[in-house]
Amino acid sequence: MADSFSINDEMSGRRKFLVAATSLAGGVAGAAIATPFLLSMMPSERAKAAGAPVEVDISKLEPGMLLMVEWRGKVVWVLNRTTEMLATLEKVEGDLADPNSERKQQPEYARNRTRSIKPEILVTEGVCTHLGCSPVFRKEIAPADLGPDWLGGFFCPCHGSKFDLAGRVYKSVPAPTNMVVPPHVYLSDSRLLIGSESEGAA
Amino acid sequence: MSNLFNSMIGWIDKRFPLTSNWKAHLSEYYAPKNFNFWYFFGSLALLVLVNQLLTGIFLTMNYKPDASLAFSSVEYIMRDVDYGWLIRYMHSTGASMFFVVVYLHMFRGMMYGSYRKPRELLWLIGMIIFFVLMSLAFTGYILPWGQMSYWGAQVIVSMFGAIPTIGESLQQWVLGDFTLSDAALNRFFAYHVVTLPLILLILVFAHILALHEVGSNNPDGIEIKQNKNPKTGIPVDGIPFHPYYTVKDIVGVVVFLIVFCGIIFFAPEMGGYFLEYNNFIPANTLQTPDHIAPVWYFTPYYSMLRAVTVNFLWIDAKLWGVILMAGSVIIFCFLPWLDRSPAKSIRYKGLYFKTALTLFVISFFVLGWLGTKSPTPLYTLLAQIFTVIYFAFFILMPWYSKIDKTKPEPKRVKE
Repeated sequence: MADSFSINDEMSGRRKFLVAATSLAGGVAGAAIATPFLLSMMPSERAKAAGAPVEVDISKLEPGMLLMVEWRGKVVWVLNRTTEMLATLEKVEGDLADPNSERKQQPEYARNRTRSIKPEILVTEGVCTHLGCSPVFRKEIAPADLGPDWLGGFFCPCHGSKFDLAGRVYKSVPAPTNMVVPPHVYLSDSRLLIGSESEGAA
Repeated sequence: MSNLFNSMIGWIDKRFPLTSNWKAHLSEYYAPKNFNFWYFFGSLALLVLVNQLLTGIFLTMNYKPDASLAFSSVEYIMRDVDYGWLIRYMHSTGASMFFVVVYLHMFRGMMYGSYRKPRELLWLIGMIIFFVLMSLAFTGYILPWGQMSYWGAQVIVSMFGAIPTIGESLQQWVLGDFTLSDAALNRFFAYHVVTLPLILLILVFAHILALHEVGSNNPDGIEIKQNKNPKTGIPVDGIPFHPYYTVKDIVGVVVFLIVFCGIIFFAPEMGGYFLEYNNFIPANTLQTPDHIAPVWYFTPYYSMLRAVTVNFLWIDAKLWGVILMAGSVIIFCFLPWLDRSPAKSIRYKGLYFKTALTLFVISFFVLGWLGTKSPTPLYTLLAQIFTVIYFAFFILMPWYSKIDKTKPEPKRVKE
């Protein structure tokens, strides 16, 4: 049987090593060539540059009014809360998942009951922390669809998550965390800068 | 003339396996002779695939994958392009009808045990086709860049963000931006018209190859290859696919086309189920519509996504919802190994399996209906109950299918 040889003979020693080394080199080359394609799908330089802060004039924002501002392609709400609205924040705390804002969804200066710098002005991203829908501002008290315990807040029409008037999430809803408070700073009493914490960035 | 034809075929056959493939897959592919109407839906799925590919090519000639132009380019197709409305309605109706025929095709497999040995791989390839089809439907629905396109995509893409640790960067990689924007629309267009159709075609080819390797199942669950004519080697209960089933399938095609044309010409929006009214409004990144629901074929899974409202173990409700939703589709892949019944077809299975399958179908429809509704506490509770039934059908199957009282299976198709 000199003219036939088994697979074992064929795959022994030097040949086995060469097959393994070639496969390894091929695998490395494959991974290397995949890298530029995969990285080309990350946000481009233009997309990264588009995150400039926005300045908002809040002098005409009456108590109870909600202003929508676009920042980084997302909606940011500026809500001027009335004293009645602020009074509800304490009452609902028993039904909230994170009433003391312990999870890091806000800058340190907004980690309080009103989740704001000025007690009456709430600045929050209008984005549900469940799956990114924009909740609806429902300031009426005890509407038919939200039940008699509703004291005003935000309701997400997509999956039924509920937030209070400080953007804090209720218990037993799909959304896991409070709404995100973006970095912001007051340049003067009526000028609000969203997206930056320093006045210099304006 | 016939001599010329024969010599031409002969010339080709020496260079390409034309006649041998024609025989292997059509004129000498033997299918069981007891197919009923449930066996129409495979060939109908092929028909819809061709419809989607053809109409899709013509839509790309006028569509613009640009967030500022997409919506108006679809309006342009509908109003100004000659027969543009017809081509778009054929495509949009085709998308829904694709799911109608594929759901019926899958249900046929579940009734007659078509996923059972030796057809496990055939079933798995079919399941991957189903996943690709869902991705195609999702990417296609984004393209008009209406309110439902935008917010539907927002919800689905946010699911990547639910994955711990890598979620956020994965989401940015998927979107090509920090939010859902033009970059995402542009790449979803690429997936919808190139990547996914190409994968789908290859998988459909593999599905048919796998089918022709193991042979077709039938309503009695008989393996016709086990009983061949000793002289000819042809299954005694088999008939050639062509001309017998090609002719039969044409009858199915005619009936299907009557329904299909009826929808295209008289109810292309299907009361908001095939084309949702909110998608006639251009995408507004600042406002979610008051009521959002996916297109009908995704509503059962959507119901399960939002049915979870409590944190459980170390996983929060949001991630559980995503896990359940993904699980509700993936779990079909395990059917070949979950079913322990001695009988293959529902005709010879017992009361337990029949009851379980009925409950499963009911829960599928109820979850589908709930998915079109706004969530209220009652609806959420119903969704939770039917989610449990849906999963119980699969998870308890090894138990109830084994202890079920089955009838003996026949060895031959009844005359």
